Amino acid sequence: MKQENALFDDVLKAAPGDFLTSWLSEATQSGDSASVAKTAPQDAQELLDSLQEAVRADADLTRFDDDAWSRTRSVLAELSQSRAAQGASAGETSYFVLAIKRPLFAGLRKLLDGSPQHAFDAVWAASTLVDRMAQWTATTYQRSREDVILRQQQELLELSTPVVKLWDGVLAVPMIGTLDSSRTQLVMESLLTRIVETGSELAIIDITGVPTVDTLVAQHLLKTVTAIRLMGADCIISGIRPQIAQTIVQLGIDLQGIITKATLADALSLALKKGGWVFSRPAR
Amino acid sequence: MDRIPILKMGHCLLVTIQIDLLDQTALALQDDLSERIAATAAQGVLIDISALEVVDSFVGRILASISGISGIMGATLVVVGMQPAVAITLVELGLSLDGVRTALDVERGMALLSGDERSRGGH
Repeated sequence: MKQENALFDDVLKAAPGDFLTSWLSEATQSGDSASVAKTAPQDAQELLDSLQEAVRADADLTRFDDDAWSRTRSVLAELSQSRAAQGASAGETSYFVLAIKRPLFAGLRKLLDGSPQHAFDAVWAASTLVDRMAQWTATTYQRSREDVILRQQQELLELSTPVVKLWDGVLAVPMIGTLDSSRTQLVMESLLTRIVETGSELAIIDITGVPTVDTLVAQHLLKTVTAIRLMGADCIISGIRPQIAQTIVQLGIDLQGIITKATLADALSLALKKGGWVFSRPAR
Repeated sequence: MDRIPILKMGHCLLVTIQIDLLDQTALALQDDLSERIAATAAQGVLIDISALEVVDSFVGRILASISGISGIMGATLVVVGMQPAVAITLVELGLSLDGVRTALDVERGMALLSGDERSRGGH
């Protein structure tokens, strides 16, 4: 083993119980929430084991990206993912890792009492290693939060464009939220598939929930309508609010002969008429 | 090279495309159809593309030109059974196939054509 690794090994195995106690007391000082503090002892033990393993395998203390540290990295990744899921902040999670400096420095000082220069070098190496571990923890934390956000975005996207059967041969898509290219793609795919599945000849796209319609949004709508027509069905756009109508006229957007209605009710009424349905209300 | 069979049903010609449409095959279809329309004095042509999962711009243009050719010769073309993925691709390619009539399936396509026949005071 390299000299520095041997030194670290001595520190880590000297008095493991005291080491852990000192670490945990430093870590929980930052005000970890109660549930997180419960798993702290096991987390610390696992991290300590992985550190000892890596140090004894002669891992290079200055290169945390090496394969020799892979177990430590995965322990830290798991730690940050579970803390993220429990709602702990990135600061709290990385502070848990940084807190190991206390027992580590204390141990090094004890062993190297007589040689200050040597002690300084060792403490520097220890500090850099722990910093890198904390950085790794913070980065993994960020990434898992981003994953959660991405997954929620995807769910939101899927939830907000349901295709509903309004009548025999009439489908409706109530659009909620801004219409961007990914949303358009989703709507096109699900609507067109449903058209084929149900053999519906008419689709009503209701844009009451779409806040603004600019030329880009209009393009997306037109793309969807063109695709519907290509397949042999037709489309009515409903839910045109007054401001939207004004914007469309002001921007000079050509709706290419698509029938538009102010409300879903009007669109349905038209759809039924086209389908040859006649409704009567007997006089009361 | 496989030529796509053309069936006659009343006053209409029926074409079902079951194989991948290579450029040559598409051109051959255009030729064959033109001949058959003339030979049978057909008034309607129905092309079923429900088995096609991919339609490129060449095929798109062939369909548009078959539509034009049929029209000039007095027949109406209806393309049926376009799959959603194909429709999306054509739209992305900017091919809206203007002037080509479409229907969801063969049944509706035939209804469209016979409706046309009736309105023309057909046989």
